[in-house]
Amino acid sequence: MLFPEGLKYQKTDEWVKVEDGIATIGVSDYAQDSLSDVVYVEFAVDPNDDVKAGDNLATIESVKAAAEVLFPVSGTVLEVNQAVSDAPESINKSPYEAGWLVKVKLSNPAELDNLMDAQAYQAYCQER
Amino acid sequence: MFTPHSDADVAVMLKSIGVENVGELFKEIPARFRYPDLNLPPALTEMEAADDLDSIAASNGTTHDMLSFLGAGAYDHYIPAAVDMILRRGEFYTAYTPYQPEISQGTLQAIFEYQSLISNLTGMDVTNASHYDGATAAAEAAILSWHHFKGKRKKVLLSRAVNPQYRQVIRTYLQATEGLRIEGDDQETGLDADLKRLIAQIDNNTALVVVQYPDFFGRIIDYKPLIEAAHAEGALVAVAVNPTALGLLTPPGDLGADIVVGEGQPLGIPLSYGGPYLGLFSVKEPLLRKLSGRLVGETTDVEGKLAYVLTLTAREQHIRREKASSNICSNQGLMTLASAVYLTLLGKQGFRQVANLCYQKAHYAAHVLASLPGFDQVFSETPFFHEFVLRPSQPLDEVLSHLREHDILGGYDLGQDYPELQGCLLMAVTEKMRKTDIDFTREVLMEVENA
Repeated sequence: MLFPEGLKYQKTDEWVKVEDGIATIGVSDYAQDSLSDVVYVEFAVDPNDDVKAGDNLATIESVKAAAEVLFPVSGTVLEVNQAVSDAPESINKSPYEAGWLVKVKLSNPAELDNLMDAQAYQAYCQER
Repeated sequence: MFTPHSDADVAVMLKSIGVENVGELFKEIPARFRYPDLNLPPALTEMEAADDLDSIAASNGTTHDMLSFLGAGAYDHYIPAAVDMILRRGEFYTAYTPYQPEISQGTLQAIFEYQSLISNLTGMDVTNASHYDGATAAAEAAILSWHHFKGKRKKVLLSRAVNPQYRQVIRTYLQATEGLRIEGDDQETGLDADLKRLIAQIDNNTALVVVQYPDFFGRIIDYKPLIEAAHAEGALVAVAVNPTALGLLTPPGDLGADIVVGEGQPLGIPLSYGGPYLGLFSVKEPLLRKLSGRLVGETTDVEGKLAYVLTLTAREQHIRREKASSNICSNQGLMTLASAVYLTLLGKQGFRQVANLCYQKAHYAAHVLASLPGFDQVFSETPFFHEFVLRPSQPLDEVLSHLREHDILGGYDLGQDYPELQGCLLMAVTEKMRKTDIDFTREVLMEVENA
């Protein structure tokens, strides 16, 4: 199970990578492993939407369950990764790279402090 | 009476919860309500009770002993005896959904065939199994469109020529959907066959336009211009169909419809005083994932044999809980089976023949009745299928009660839904209506005018 350093993690298993005030968001390796084969991703937002931390980002359906993905941060949606709609299995194969979901321009970078670092998230996952 | 517990069982259970006797469990109910005097007549033997019920039932008027021109959404068609025979086989005789689906291969195969038949008939890519009736299927189309646009498009347009009950049910289902407006069926938009005033209301805030085919008045309208206008604004179009008419007409899928809904009752399901009926629901492939209800797929098992599986139930409440886009759960399995058996028995040619008989007989009736002095056909300039609107010069209630005296149900009083059609009668004619029946009705109506 991978917990890359430098990313921030939310309790509901989303990760955030911030570069120049732009956050890329996806779901963690732990999340894709628990879901098993992802068969469908339905985005709840479009580019230019203003979103708040906690808002619904997408629904991921696997052969086992349907899970809600929530925004870990607030901001404006810049880009939605349509490639995962066409190839949902990329979430299983590459949760931190090809399987990213959206890019957001942060409106409140201080929110990042509420999230866990890789170590804390790994510890959190091991307890579950 | 069957009781699963012996006195000893009951005693043990009472003891474990610390209650003296069963009566004590009901002490919260005031004593005077516990054993009320029901004031029932003396007990009857089974034979006497059956006699009693027979005589009550005999006071009903039915389509077996009356001539019925009532349609308006439910139609009196002939149902081959084999439909009921197959339906009542023990292997099929449950309305419940298969919760352990893969062991119910026969049920899954029947559903798969139903889906294939309806997809063929409507010209659509995929059909679910299924909804309660045409009205609830139409409401689900509106819900689908709301979710499809993530609540960002706030307008659903309904043609005024969509069945008034469908429009009521759509409003009921969506009354708690905040921000959604349902428009287009006001008197000002009207009933014109060219739909220009409805089309003018389509904009980039429109999620869905709902039209009916043939419309509530039986009219056959070319929806291509409306569908093109809707698509130009990015909106979806749902077409509510009478499946019988699709035996003759261009399927709405070919006209570009995104969603087809409809009342499946005409396909081998008796009128039954309004239900159980069957809600048809088909979509084009891009909306596949938005489909509620069940979807059965055909595949092969590990030994390479043909097998059927529940491919998709992802929108369902038992998978997505409170996030489900639909709470449709009962799949009306028995009704889907009835319609699949009906369509299969009739076959392509037979089904077309039924549609053609409906069309021809309705046109004969319209011609004969509208040529009577004192009767006019409304919308006579528009093609129609098996329903038409007649306007008598005499008050409608008098016309209807005169017909009733001759055991004829004259049709549906349009004044109750359309002020501009006060005094007008919606008449349906199916393959069951004989030429002599229509001629007889003409004679009876002639008396009204002469009275």
